[in-house]
Formats: sequence, structure tokens, C-alpha cells
Amino acid sequence: MISITDINKAFHKGDVNEVTALNGVNLEVNEGDFITIIGSNGAGKSTFLNAIAGSYPLDSGQINLDGENVTKWAEYKRAALIGRVFQDPLLGTCAGATIEQNLAMANTRGKVRGLGFGVKNRDREFFREKLAILKLGLEDRLKTHTGLLSGGQRQALTMLMATMVRPRLLLLDEHTAALDPKTGGMILDLTAEIVEKQNLTALMVTHNMNQAISMGNRLIMFHRGEIVVDISGEEKQNLKVEDLLRRFSELRGEEGVSDRMLLC
Amino acid sequence: MTSYAFFGALEMGFAYGLMVIGVYLTFRVLDFPDLTVDGSLPLGAAVSAVAITAGYSPVLAIFMATGAGFMAGVVTGILNTKFKILHLLASILTMIALYSINLRIMGRPNMTLLGQDTVVDWFVGLAEMPPYISTPILFGVICIVIVALLIWFLHTELGLVFLATGDNMQMITSQGVNTDTVIILGVGLSNALVATSGALVAQNQGAADVNMGVGTIIAGLASVIIGETVFGDKTISRALVAALLGSVLYRIAIALALGLKLGSFSITPSDLNLITALLVIFALVMPQVKKKIVARRAQ
Repeated sequence: MISITDINKAFHKGDVNEVTALNGVNLEVNEGDFITIIGSNGAGKSTFLNAIAGSYPLDSGQINLDGENVTKWAEYKRAALIGRVFQDPLLGTCAGATIEQNLAMANTRGKVRGLGFGVKNRDREFFREKLAILKLGLEDRLKTHTGLLSGGQRQALTMLMATMVRPRLLLLDEHTAALDPKTGGMILDLTAEIVEKQNLTALMVTHNMNQAISMGNRLIMFHRGEIVVDISGEEKQNLKVEDLLRRFSELRGEEGVSDRMLLC
Repeated sequence: MTSYAFFGALEMGFAYGLMVIGVYLTFRVLDFPDLTVDGSLPLGAAVSAVAITAGYSPVLAIFMATGAGFMAGVVTGILNTKFKILHLLASILTMIALYSINLRIMGRPNMTLLGQDTVVDWFVGLAEMPPYISTPILFGVICIVIVALLIWFLHTELGLVFLATGDNMQMITSQGVNTDTVIILGVGLSNALVATSGALVAQNQGAADVNMGVGTIIAGLASVIIGETVFGDKTISRALVAALLGSVLYRIAIALALGLKLGSFSITPSDLNLITALLVIFALVMPQVKKKIVARRAQ
């Protein structure tokens, strides 16, 4: 469904601060895959997700989505196919707009926006149904400004907005990292529920190895801009945190860096 | 304040009302500080003056000014989004360029409309009221119609996109919107309004002057802030109406200041820029002072 071929990305090119963020990454994502992505800071996880979303141009390589070469597509154009939830809960929703206005904007993702009313009466019932899934009572607060909501509520809303129009691909970039453990857990349950219900193809970056192991059907690990581990199927089901730590220390053994680095 | 001065302030307030709405759109809605307005106001005046002198109808002249203003805004928008020039600088570049362009359009620094038909003459002739009452009515009606249209627009699917672009660019990009296009069109729309205002002002005072745009942005900002402070900005509809009324309040404040006399010292029109700057500073500082006082009382 998505094939990523030999993509490269370096920041500050030609500068003393040049950083190779992605170094010839290849990945074939199958329809319905829910892939969790781990790796230490600066390994290239977020850069990888942003590259798929089109946040910046690649140095080389190709990205095919649904058989279409989207490498040169601008971010907004790819957004018609991709749903995103960011680490920062404030990034996914528009603070100055009401809940229903935010949902209305998500409801027209990838479509031409015209001069019809932004929030239509017939949509409100649909919005209420969707909001009820969150179990946060937001279905009775359609006209509340999003800026008044908590980070967790906004992230839940973003989750809903990213999947309102079924995305061909869902990108989750550490979307629970900025939340307290309880709210983060709630968002994670919601993620699992929505991905399952809509049978979505999803990529989820996380720093939490338990999450990485318990969620999804496939796990990949980034190290210095490369994918070094790719586990799926039965092997993934039987995976333990210790296995991952061992794999990681094998990788970094020669550098003598503590495997705790992975957990930070 | 005499009633004559009051009607005069009302007239000025509504004549510059569309300019204030334009400034509101860029500053508050798009979060794009746009100084193009200092050039697009005289641009509107120049285009409409030249068009009228060339024999076009005054109404058509206004629409031509609107179109010219739109193009000026589009230039600023493109400089910012496509050529990645900082918004403030992009708008200053357009503003500076417009000074020369306005001189070219008129062929001289100023142009009178003496003896030419204007929309104001036409309406005054029609209304059977003294001009000092009918002119504010004419401009007021124009402003109210435009504000109503804008309120409607900002509640459409496309309008929501405008609001979101100024609020959270990453969010609206992720929802599949090309923010570059929104900014270009938005700054264009804003300057279209400002140029329309310039055309109205020129037809009202019977002259267009290449220097009439100096300080437009500050007057617009002052009006927006006064409107917000006095009338509130809870919803977009309220904020738009507040901006328009702010324009009137600002002109009243100026009229009051001009009547001020302290012994042998009296304020002259040349002091207007200073007064306006002080007014904006006052309006910007007041909310902070208010917060401090409230906090102190709460202790």
C-alpha cells in the first residue's frame, strides 16, 4: 500500500552541523498494517513520519502511496490521504474555533471547500455521535471554543478529526507523550479502538516500549536514520521488552552506550 | 462636541470603516501584519480619481479601485508565501512600490475631483437631506452591507479555512488546505477593502493625494483595538462589528482631541499621528495594567 524506496534526508546540508536524519530507508507497508516505531532520540523516527506526510522535500528516494508517486506532492495535497496526530496536543486543533467548527473542517478534508455553511445543521447530529465515542462529554459542548479544552481533550478531538474522513494512512507521532499517564492511556485505547473499527493502516512513533509491543501487528526500530529491526506476525506477538533491549544493546554494543538511552 | 463635528466624525469613521475591516482581517484573522494598506489606500483613491476624470461612472470607479487593491494585496501575499519574504517586509516592499505606482497612475502627486460627479454628490442629491447627514448614512450603509457579507463569508466552509489559517497553520494544512493560497487571497481581500475605502474617501473629500495613506495602518490598528476594548471580540461577528464601530469611536476621539485647548497651546491636525500613536500605546498597555490591578486586588 505504501512503498518507501531508499529515502534520504539530511539537515543543515554542507554545514558543519550536517545531520543525516534518514539514510536510505526502505519500507513496504501492507494494507491494514499497524506499525509501531521505536528508537532513541535523533534516530529519525519523527523525520520519517514527517517525510511521509510531506513536511519537507526529500534529498532523494521515492514514496508511493496507493500506487501513486507522491514524492513531489505538497503536504496539504497528501493530507487528503493522510490523517495525523502530533505530539503537541495544541497542533491538531484550532484554538479560536469551536468544537463543531473544528470537526467541520476535518469533515471536509481532501474536498473542495465552497461557500456553503461551514457547520451544517445536519452535520451536528453526526458530530455528537462521533464525540460520544470519546466519553468526555464533549457532545454537549459543540459551541465551546477548543482553546478552553485540556490537552487530553484536544488530543482526543484531534484523534477524531484525523480519522473523521477515513484516511488511507494514519500517522501518530508520539501522540501520548505530552499527556499524563492516565490521559495518555485513554488516548491510546481510543487509538486502538478507532484503528480496529475502521481497519486503518497506521504508523505510530512511541518512546514507550510496552506500548510498542502491545499495540499493532508490526514493530520497527530506527537507529541512526536506518531501520535496524522489523518484526511482525507471531514473532511480534511473543516479543518481550527484554528482547528489544537485547537487540538494542547488540546494536550499540560497540559504542558502549547504555541501553537506557532507548528509554529516555 | 458640536453635532456638526459629531456627524463629521461619523462620516470619517464610516469612510475609513472598510479600511479598518481590512486591517482587522489581516491583523486579527490571518495574523499577518500588513503594511501594504499605507499604499493601497491612496491606490484606491488614485484609481477612482483617474477613472472618474476619464469619464467612467463613480460607482464603476469604486469597483476598479477594489480590483486594484486586491492585486496589491496579492503581490504582498505572493512575496510572503512564494518568495518566503517576512510578512512585514513583504508588505513594506509593496507599500514603497505603490508610492511610485500611484504617482504613475495619477501622473502627478494629487488630483482634484472638483466639478466631477461622485457617489457622494449623487446620494446627497437623491436623499433630500443636508450633506452632513446624508454622507455618513451612505458610507454607513456601504459598511454595514460589507460587514454583513463578511460575517456570512467567515461562517462558510471557505471562511472557516481563513480563520484556521491565521490560528493554526499546521492544523489546517493537515486538513488538506494550501495555506499559501489562503494567505494570498486573504491579503488580497483585505487590501481590496482598504482601496475601496480610499476611493470613498477621495470621492468624499473631492481629491486624491499620493500622501494620503501615511499612517493608515496605525489609524486602522487604533480603531481595531478601540473597538475590541469597548465592544468585545467574543465571536467573529461581534469582532467585525466592533472594528467598524471602533473606526467611528477613533474619529470621535480625534475630533475631541483636535478641539482641546490648554491655555495658548492647542492641538493641530499635524499632531494627529502623535495622538494616534499615543492612543494605540494606551490601548495596548491598558489590558496589562487592568490585569495587574485585578491581581493586586485579589491578593
